[in-house]
Order: sequence, then structure tokens, then C-alpha cells
Amino acid sequence: MPNMILLGTRKGTVILERSNSTWKPRPIEHAGIPVCYAARDPRDGTLWASLDHGHWGPKLSRSRDGGATWDAVLSLKYPEGARYIVKYLPTPDFDPDAPVGQPEYRDAIVYKIWNLAFGNADQPGRIYAGTIPGGLFVSDDGGDSWTLNTPLWNHESRGGDLFAGEASSENRWGGTPASIDYGVFEPGIHSIIVDPRNSQHLHIAVSSAGVLETSDGGLTWTGRNRGMLNDYMPNPESDWGHDPHFVAGCPAQPDCLWQQNHCGVFYSADGAQNWKKVSLPDAGVHFGFPIAVDAKEGRTAWVVPAVSDAARMAIDGGLCVARTTDGGQSWRVFRNGLPQAAAYDIVLRHGLDVAGDRLCFGSTTGNVYLSEDRGETWQTLGHNFPPVYSVRFG
Amino acid sequence: MPTVELTRHLYRFFPSLENRTIRVPAGSVADIVQAVNEIAPGFTDYVLDEHGALRRHVNLSINDSIVIDRKTLSDRVPEDGTVYIFQALSGG
Repeated sequence: MPNMILLGTRKGTVILERSNSTWKPRPIEHAGIPVCYAARDPRDGTLWASLDHGHWGPKLSRSRDGGATWDAVLSLKYPEGARYIVKYLPTPDFDPDAPVGQPEYRDAIVYKIWNLAFGNADQPGRIYAGTIPGGLFVSDDGGDSWTLNTPLWNHESRGGDLFAGEASSENRWGGTPASIDYGVFEPGIHSIIVDPRNSQHLHIAVSSAGVLETSDGGLTWTGRNRGMLNDYMPNPESDWGHDPHFVAGCPAQPDCLWQQNHCGVFYSADGAQNWKKVSLPDAGVHFGFPIAVDAKEGRTAWVVPAVSDAARMAIDGGLCVARTTDGGQSWRVFRNGLPQAAAYDIVLRHGLDVAGDRLCFGSTTGNVYLSEDRGETWQTLGHNFPPVYSVRFG
Repeated sequence: MPTVELTRHLYRFFPSLENRTIRVPAGSVADIVQAVNEIAPGFTDYVLDEHGALRRHVNLSINDSIVIDRKTLSDRVPEDGTVYIFQALSGG
């Protein structure tokens, strides 16, 4: 099992290392800079951090020596002519049946590099980056240069090819509240899953649009939201407008996909062709942000339940982790080692990870917890970290 | 030649610009920023977005006047002018 944990935090990248059965944090990297995602490329050990500068724009930082030194990577940029149709937060008098007005266009700017994913071994330089406002960028040279995936950007579900001219269809993608920090209301790609069997086959998830799949290396994309239920929309079964908070797959059984959604926990046993709601609200398993899937057994997943969207914090002041081993038919809730009073933590979408029997999660309250027994008991790695945005084993 | 003064925060990313006087040929603000980028490659990515506009939370002034054209940076910088580049504080 890996002996490194990378935390992306409000104040930099924290790397914890395991030595003599003890986890110790190194001095913080990127001190003072928000890091929304940090991960290790398992192919060559390169460490990555997505810097969320308040003033200077999003940047990627890369270390090829295990974190001893970091170098800035060329900024991701939208190509000339990349536009999108502006969305605004719905107002209380929003009428979903009102006629659609003329689209308002905006030139695309990268606001946030929300997620990174690494290609399979047969594509050694391939890295994916998901952004707000909903761009999937691809690098084939280890991050030295990046290209926008235009078939996804030009998808008919978001207005068609706006490089060519006017919109040819309605924009069905909603915005994510996570973008409001940047003064906009745009969608964001936060989940990218590369099929270990086939590098041409990917799933991505978008807040607030849903899940899309490509089987031809990104040349064409298809929405995969059948079975999703969007409780707060006029039509809960609409094709678009869903709000997956995070989607994860099982490496050994890639057709087993899971999502912690705004509206519940959903499971697919057929590669997202069909989703099934598997929430268990009586056990608290319904709302939350992260989800983790076992690497070998696709019916096994973990969530960190939270009070629903109106509150977004631990349930009844106590943190817990829930695990299913039967595809969501039943859940066991574990609290041993986690605070059960006066805990108001929320764990964000990239804030939980699993590696073998180990799990780790971190909260925006700066608490980080580790389990060595598949989530049944927990130990504290620290209470005073900066707000945690991402947790990934290295 | 105009002088360019930077917030010290930028020295963290461009240490070659620290402890020196930055002088570049007169021209538009766009020319000035580009000239700094030639001294410190990558500089424009920090202060401009992909369309060449000033980033939302970056301010730029010529002497004590905040530039008017944040989009194409067409304001002219006189020979004896000083360009200041600093954060647009938005609270806290």
C-alpha cells in the first residue's frame, strides 16, 4: 500500500509520509496558495498540484523529484474562439417553462483546474485536466502542453459548435456553485475516469450537467444519465442538469461506477448505461460530496454522509463513514475513532481516497483521519491542517 | 524609458525581477507587460488572461491612474511614467 498522502489545502500542498507505522507531515509546499487538487502520477511518480491563485489565475505545479522541488507548468488556455453560453443562478421567480431567450456568449477563461487524471500505461504522457468553465484539457507530453477537447466543448447539449458561429442548440449545462467564487455561474468538470481496459474509453462528470462517456478517445461524447433523479428540477429524469458531486470507478471492474450526487448515492453496474439510486436516508447515506470505490471489488464503496444541501455539515454533530459491499443494497456506518460531538466538518468531493485497506479523508475544518481496516476504525492524522480540498494516496 | 513596479507577491514567482529596476521601452500597457514577459517568461500568464485582458483581481496603474482599458491594454505609457502592477484587493 502507498506510504504517501497528498493533501490539497487552502494554504498549500501537504505531503504526509508513513515511517515506522507513523504518518508525519512534511513542511507545507506552495505555502499560502490554495491548492484545490494534488495527486501523484502512478506511472512515473510525478507529483502534481493545482494552484488556485486568487489573483494570478489557476496554475499547475509539478515535481519530478518526489516533492523536493516544484516547477510551474505552462498555463492551460482556451483557444481563440472558445465561447460558451452564459448561465445565471436561477432567481426565485425563475420560470422553467418560459421561452428561451437569445443566448448570451462569453469568451472562455480558465477559472479553476479542478481535477487531474492520468492515462493508462499505454499512453505514458497522457494527462487530463477538468476545469471550470467545463473544459476537458488533454496533454500528451506529461503536461508541457495542453489542448482543449473540442468535441466535448462543442457538444450539442451546450449549444453546439460556437467556434463556427451561433448556437445550434440550447445550453443544457447548468452552473456549479463552486464557480461563484470567481464571479460566474459556470459548469465544472471534477471527475475523469479512464477505463483501465481501453484508453479510448472515458467517463467524465460535470456539475451541473451529469455524466458523459466517450468510446473513441474523445471524438464523440454521449450523456449517460439514465436512472438519475434530480429531485429539485421540474423533471427529475431530465437528460441534463444533474449534479454529480463526484464519480469514481473500480479499476478491476470498470463497469462498476459510483456517484455521490446532490440528490443521493447512485450506482451503475453497466458502465453508466443505467444508474440506480442506492441511498439509505435512514442511515444517513444520501447527501455528501466524496465517494471512493474499492480497487478490486466494484460493489464496495465508501461515502462520508452529511446533512443535506441546506446545511452541508456532519449529521447531528458526529462524523461517520458508510460502506457498502453489495452495490448499495445495504450500508454499514462506522464511527469508531471519529468525533461524535460538536463536529461540523464537511468533506469535499476530492477529500476521500482509498488504497487497499487504507482510507483517508480530510475536512474543511482541517481534520484528517485515516483508517487501516477498510473504514471500520479511524485514527487522527491532524486537527490543525488548513481547510482540506483534496486527499489522494501517492 | 518607463519604470515598472510590481507587488512583491510576484517576486515569488519571478525572482529574477526582484532587487532591480525594471525599465522597458515606452508604448501601450500591452507593450509594457509584454516587455516584462521577455525579461521574465511566463509573466503575462500571471497578470493577463488567455485573451490578453487584465485578470479580474489584478490592478495596473500608470503613475497614480488606474488604467481604463483593462481589455486590450491600449493606454499609453509616457517615457517618464511608472507602471504599477498589484493585486485588486476585494476584501479581507
